[in-house]
Amino acid sequence: MSLLDIRNLSVRFGDANAVPVVDGLDLSVDKGEVLAIVGESGSGKSVTMLALMGLIDPPGVVSADSLQFDGTDMLRLKGRQRRRIVGKDLAMIFQDPMTALNPSYTVGFQIEEVLRQHLGLKGKAARRRALQLLERVEIPAAESRLDAYPHQLSGGMSQRVAIAMAIAAEPKLLIADEPTTALDVTIQAQIMELLLDLQREQDMGLVLITHDLAVVAETAQRVCVMYAGQAVEVGVVPGLFEAPAHPYTEALLKAIPEHSLGARRLATLPGIVPGRFDRPHGCLLAPRCPYAQSNCQAQRPTLEPQVRGAVRCFYPLNQEVT
Amino acid sequence: MLSFIARRLGLLIPTFFGVTLLTFALIRMIPGDPVEVMMGERRVDPIMHAEAMERLGLNKPLYAQYLDYIGQLARGDLGESLRTRESVWSEFLTLFPATVELALAALLFAGSLGLIAGVVAALKRGSLFDHGVMGISLAGYSMPIFWWGLLLIMFFSVGLGWTPVSGRIDLLYDIEPVTGFMLIDSLLSGEEGAFLDALRHLILPAIVLGTIPLAVIARMTRSAMLEVLREDYVRTARAKGLSPARVVFVHGLRNALIPVLTVFGLQVGALLAGAVLTETIFSWPGIGKWLIESIGARDYPVVQNGILLIACLVILVNFVVDILYGLANPRIRHQK
Amino acid sequence: MTAATALDQALLYPSPLQEFWQAFAHNKGALAGLLFMIVLVLCALFAPWLAPFDPSEQFREFMLTPPAWLAGGQWQFLLGTDELGRDLLSRLIHGARLSLLIGLASVVLSLLPGILLGLIAGFFPRLLGPGIMRLMDIMLALPSLLLAVAIVAILGPGLINTIFAIAIVSLPAYVRLTRAAVMGELNRDYVTAARLAGASLPRLMLVTVLPNCMAPLIVQATLSFSAAILDAAALGFLGLGVQPPTPEWGTMLASARDYIERAWWVVTLPGLTILLSVLAINLMGDGLRDALDPKLKNAV
Repeated sequence: MSLLDIRNLSVRFGDANAVPVVDGLDLSVDKGEVLAIVGESGSGKSVTMLALMGLIDPPGVVSADSLQFDGTDMLRLKGRQRRRIVGKDLAMIFQDPMTALNPSYTVGFQIEEVLRQHLGLKGKAARRRALQLLERVEIPAAESRLDAYPHQLSGGMSQRVAIAMAIAAEPKLLIADEPTTALDVTIQAQIMELLLDLQREQDMGLVLITHDLAVVAETAQRVCVMYAGQAVEVGVVPGLFEAPAHPYTEALLKAIPEHSLGARRLATLPGIVPGRFDRPHGCLLAPRCPYAQSNCQAQRPTLEPQVRGAVRCFYPLNQEVT
Repeated sequence: MLSFIARRLGLLIPTFFGVTLLTFALIRMIPGDPVEVMMGERRVDPIMHAEAMERLGLNKPLYAQYLDYIGQLARGDLGESLRTRESVWSEFLTLFPATVELALAALLFAGSLGLIAGVVAALKRGSLFDHGVMGISLAGYSMPIFWWGLLLIMFFSVGLGWTPVSGRIDLLYDIEPVTGFMLIDSLLSGEEGAFLDALRHLILPAIVLGTIPLAVIARMTRSAMLEVLREDYVRTARAKGLSPARVVFVHGLRNALIPVLTVFGLQVGALLAGAVLTETIFSWPGIGKWLIESIGARDYPVVQNGILLIACLVILVNFVVDILYGLANPRIRHQK
Repeated sequence: MTAATALDQALLYPSPLQEFWQAFAHNKGALAGLLFMIVLVLCALFAPWLAPFDPSEQFREFMLTPPAWLAGGQWQFLLGTDELGRDLLSRLIHGARLSLLIGLASVVLSLLPGILLGLIAGFFPRLLGPGIMRLMDIMLALPSLLLAVAIVAILGPGLINTIFAIAIVSLPAYVRLTRAAVMGELNRDYVTAARLAGASLPRLMLVTVLPNCMAPLIVQATLSFSAAILDAAALGFLGLGVQPPTPEWGTMLASARDYIERAWWVVTLPGLTILLSVLAINLMGDGLRDALDPKLKNAV
C-alpha cells in the first residue's frame, strides 16, 4: 500500500470541452520515497499537486478515480476534514519564497500558526517549537529571526522558513514545487541538501517538482516525466537516465549541457508544447517527435508497462534487455 | 517606529508653512482696496484709511506682512470675525465638534458597510451581488451629494416624516455642551428622548456625507481583496490547512487593508469638503456651514484662518493615516 | 497561394486604434456612457434649436407646472416648469452647454500646465522637482472643493472664475501623474538611446517620453472632467458658481431647494441630469482605463 496513489486524475479549467491541463494521470509515491516530476513549464506538474492539496479554485475542475493519501481518498473529503490533513500530514512548499510568506506577519507568527492549527500548541510552547524548527532548517540567529518580517529575509532564508512551516507538523508527504528555481545557484544546493536531509530524518515521502534533471539524477528514486498534462514515462533512477524509453525523455536528457560535451550546439526539441487550439489527435508529441510514424498522428498511445517502468509511446526506445 | 514618525513629522513643517503662504496670498488677491473691502464701504475717509492700513500692517512690505502674519499665528491669534467680533479660534472650537461628529458618523457608516460589501463582492466575484455592489458604488461615486441630500430630505423628512429636516437636535431640548458631541451630551443631559432625537438628526446627514466614501471604500476593498487573494501567501495559508475565514480575514484582509487605509485617509479631506455641502443642506452648525456663511458675508478673517485651520486639520489627519499605514505595513515602517 | 495570403492576413496586427476600440467596445457600461455623452454633446451644440423655449423665458401663468405625464401637466412643458414658469427641459438642455464648457475648459487649463510642470519635475528631480512637488502637496492639503470655494471666495463668483478655480484644483493630479510616469520611463533603454543619439531636451521631453505617459493622463482627464462637472454644480449650488438666471444645473438646484415640499420635479430633474452625466463620463473613464492601461485596472 503506497502512501500516495493517484488514479486517472484530470484537471480542466472551464467546461467539460476545455482541454485538460492534467489528463488521466496515474502516480504513486511510497513512504520514504523521493519521486521527481519533470517536464516543461505548463506541462501540469504543479497543477497535479495543487489538485491533491485541494487548492484548485473554480473555474478549475478536478476529477479522478481516486486520490488516495495515507488510506483516505482526498477527493471525497470536504472542507474541514480535508484541512485536518492538508498542512499536517500533507504539506507543500512553493516556488517563489519571496511571495509565499505573508508580508504582514512575523516569521514566528506564521510558523506558530501551523503549530496551533494542527498540534494545538499555544504561547510559549509554540514559540519554543517554532524556534526548534528554525534551528532545524539551519537558520542562523534563529531566536531573533522569529520576530523578523519576510521582507527582512533573503530568498534562501525565506525558503528555509517556508520549509520550517511545511515540516512543522511532521508531514508524511512533502511536496516541493520547484523549491530552488527562484534562488541563487549557490543557495540551491544547500536547500536541496536540507530537504533531502529532512526527508531521510523523518522518513517522509517527497515529491520534487522540477525541470532540473541534474537534481533529479542525484536525489530521486523514481521519475515521472510529464508532457502536455500526461505522464509520458515513469521509471527508476538511474535506469531512466541511461536508457530513456520515450522520445521526449531522450530529448530532455540531450538538452542537458553536460550531455552535449563536444557537440557544437546544444540539442533542442523543435516546436512548442501544444496549446488549446492545436492539440493533436494522435500522440501529443507527434508533431515534434523525430521518430513519429503515421499511426502516431492518428492514434493516441496509452501508458504501457515496459522493461523499466511505463511509457506512453508506440515505438519506445532502448527496449533491448541488458 | 519612532524615527519613522519623526521623518513624517519633518515633512509636515514645510507643508504647514506652504499653507500659511497660501492663505496669506489668498487675502491679498482680493480685487479692490483691502480696507474698503474689509469695511464693506466705498470711499473711506483718507485719514481713517491710512490709520486702518497702519493698524492692519498693510503699508509694510509684503515679506514683513507675512512675518507679521506668522507671528500672529505663533501667538495663537487667528484674528476676529468681522460679523460677530468673536475670535476666529473660539468660533472654530464651538463649531468644530459638530463637524467631527458628523464626519465620524459618516466614516463609520462608509467604513463598515464599504468593507463588508467590498469583501463579500470580492469573495463572490462575478455574482449578482458583486455586480450590484459595483453598480451602486459607481453611482455613489458619481453622486452630486447636495442633490442626494435634497432627495433624502424629500423622501424621508417631507414625504414620510421620519427624520427632521435640519439642525442637530430639536429646540425643545436644552443640552449643555460638555463634549460638543450631541450624541454624548444628550445622553449626559439625562433628558428623556434627547439621545434618540439627536440620532434622528444625525442619520441623514451622515448617510449623505458617507455616500462617496462608501462607494470608494467598497470599490477599493473589492479590488484590493481580489488582488490579495491571488497572492502566493494566500495559497501558502490555504496549504497550511487554515480555515477559509482565517485565510480571508487574517491573511487576506490584513494585506488588503493597506491600500484601503490610504484611500480612507484621502477620503478624510474629501469628507471635509463634503461637509461644506452637507452642512449647508441640513443646516448643520459646523465649520463647513460657518465657512460658506463667512464667504457670503465677506468675513475675510474667518475665511482666511478658517481655511488655514481646515488645511491644518487635513494635514494632521493625513499624518495620522501615514502613521497607521506604517503600523499596518511593516515594509514601509522599516524603510530607511 | 491563397493559403499564403491567409497567413499574411493573420500576421497583420490590428492598428492601435482598432485594438483600442475592440477593448473599449467590449465594455458595455463604457459604450452606454459614450452613447449618453454623444447625446449630451449634441444637446449642448444644438441647444438653441433643440430646446422648445428660451431658457429664461418666463411663463407666469404656468409657474411650477408638473411634468406633462402628471395630472396638471402641460404637453408644451414636457418636464414641467420652475418657480418662475421657465421650461425645465429647455433649461436642462442649455445647462448641458455650461457644464460641458466648464468641464472642457478646466480640463484643458489644468492638463497643459500640469503636464508641463510634471515633465519639468520629472526631468529635473534634484533642481526643480522637489519644489514643484511640495507646492502640489500643499495644494492637495486642501480638499479640492474647499480650495475651489476659497478661490471663488476671493475672485468672486461667476463662470470664468469657476473654470479657473476648478482648473487650479485639478492641477496637482496631472503634475503628480506626469512626474511619476516620466520617472518610470526615464530609466528605460529607449530614452537612453535617444539621449545618446543627441536628442535635445524639449525633443526628449515631448517627443520621446511624453507619448509613453499619455495613457494614465487620458484616464485622469476623463475623471477630472466628471469631477469638474460635479464641482461646478456644487459651487453653483452654494451660490458661488455660475449666477442665476443662467441655467446651470447646480444653480438650478439651489433655487429649487425652497420648493422641495411642493414640486419634486424642480429638485429631482437637474440633479438626475448631473448624476447621469457624471456617471456616463465615469463609465467611459473606466472603459478607457481598461482599454488603454490594464495596469491601472485596480486603481480607484
